[in-house]
Amino acid sequence: MKRQVLDARRLLCPLPVIRTQDKVKQLLVGEQLEVICTDPGVMQDIPAWCRINGHQVLETTTNDDSEYIIILQVGE
Amino acid sequence: MLATKVVMEQGVHVEGINFFTGFCVEGHTHAIRQKDKAKPKRNNSLWVAEQLGIKLHIIDVIEEYKDVLINPKHGYGANMNPCLDCKIFMVNKAKQWIEQNDFDFIITGEVIGQRPMSQRKETMPVVARESGADERLLRPLCAKNLPATLPEREGWINRNNLYDFSGRSRKPQMALAEKYGFVDYAQPAGGCCFLTDESYSKKLVDLWQTRGNKEYTLDDVMLLKVGRHIRPKTNFKMVVAREEGESRFLQGYKKEFISMNCSSHSGPLVLLDGTLSDNDLYLAGQITARYGQGRDAKQVDINIREKNGTEQILQVKPLAADEIPQDWFV
Repeated sequence: MKRQVLDARRLLCPLPVIRTQDKVKQLLVGEQLEVICTDPGVMQDIPAWCRINGHQVLETTTNDDSEYIIILQVGE
Repeated sequence: MLATKVVMEQGVHVEGINFFTGFCVEGHTHAIRQKDKAKPKRNNSLWVAEQLGIKLHIIDVIEEYKDVLINPKHGYGANMNPCLDCKIFMVNKAKQWIEQNDFDFIITGEVIGQRPMSQRKETMPVVARESGADERLLRPLCAKNLPATLPEREGWINRNNLYDFSGRSRKPQMALAEKYGFVDYAQPAGGCCFLTDESYSKKLVDLWQTRGNKEYTLDDVMLLKVGRHIRPKTNFKMVVAREEGESRFLQGYKKEFISMNCSSHSGPLVLLDGTLSDNDLYLAGQITARYGQGRDAKQVDINIREKNGTEQILQVKPLAADEIPQDWFV
């Protein structure tokens, strides 16, 4: 499945959540989105946003550049 | 949280809206400052929505909010907080949202007399009227002190099950929270907006005065939240990181500002805003040295980095604490 990527680096919460929310609105149920961030707060905020809005977090990782990557799947 | 719960208890479907103006306290400062990293960080609006089991829509109003802050029809509060205009703006945005999303009315957690500017008995109708929400604005916590609104008259909401809270005391709200089993909730007495903060407001006014206009960008308002702000002369200001987390955050602005740091000793990253002469750069270097480990040395090396990345070393004598006048601090 094609996965879209959202660059939310240098943004501080809640802006990465807002950008994620706006991007998800453009996607279909079941599609995946990879969000790349530099604010560690996203590791709490984006999963919380997904839980309350019915989307599923598939994976959360941190890379060597101190970037936080969240992969989510769009729900109903 | 309470107002939402009161309405949900009547079987009404509720979704939350949270507006991001750029001046919200939570989130940013936690993300920047090292000392705050030990505190559990959460976005309160997301947390509340999750506790209540409702959807939440976070809306970026940074650009539109500029007009509210720059030209508040009802003026400012104790600092640069345009609370009444802000409330009118947000309720108006909520009204637009419910129209676009097929919702019937708006609820807020306002209580008469709770806040000195936007929650007085006289201003409650002003918010309803000037926002355009009119009778579709319900305040469940103090509804019995106000005329019945459309949802009450239409029977969508039972007025008897709403409340008549008033005044600055939070005791009735705390008792209601206990009734609902809420043991954890956001700070009850405001404090969620930097514009209510005296120190932040002074920095904002300084920014506007030196620029000669009230325009601002998101980066401007973000930087006002970070570091010591020192204006030694009218033509330039320094933003001095107070700790490692702030230094890291300011690193992200090295292409927008001339920056400097002490290279012979450890010390903070400093951004320079304005146009500086060679003498100004020397003075800025002396102040930068003051905040580093070399503050007591006879001479330290200061690395100056231009926006294009070129660097030069300047040797300076650090200023003593009493050589930095108090009125340089913004």
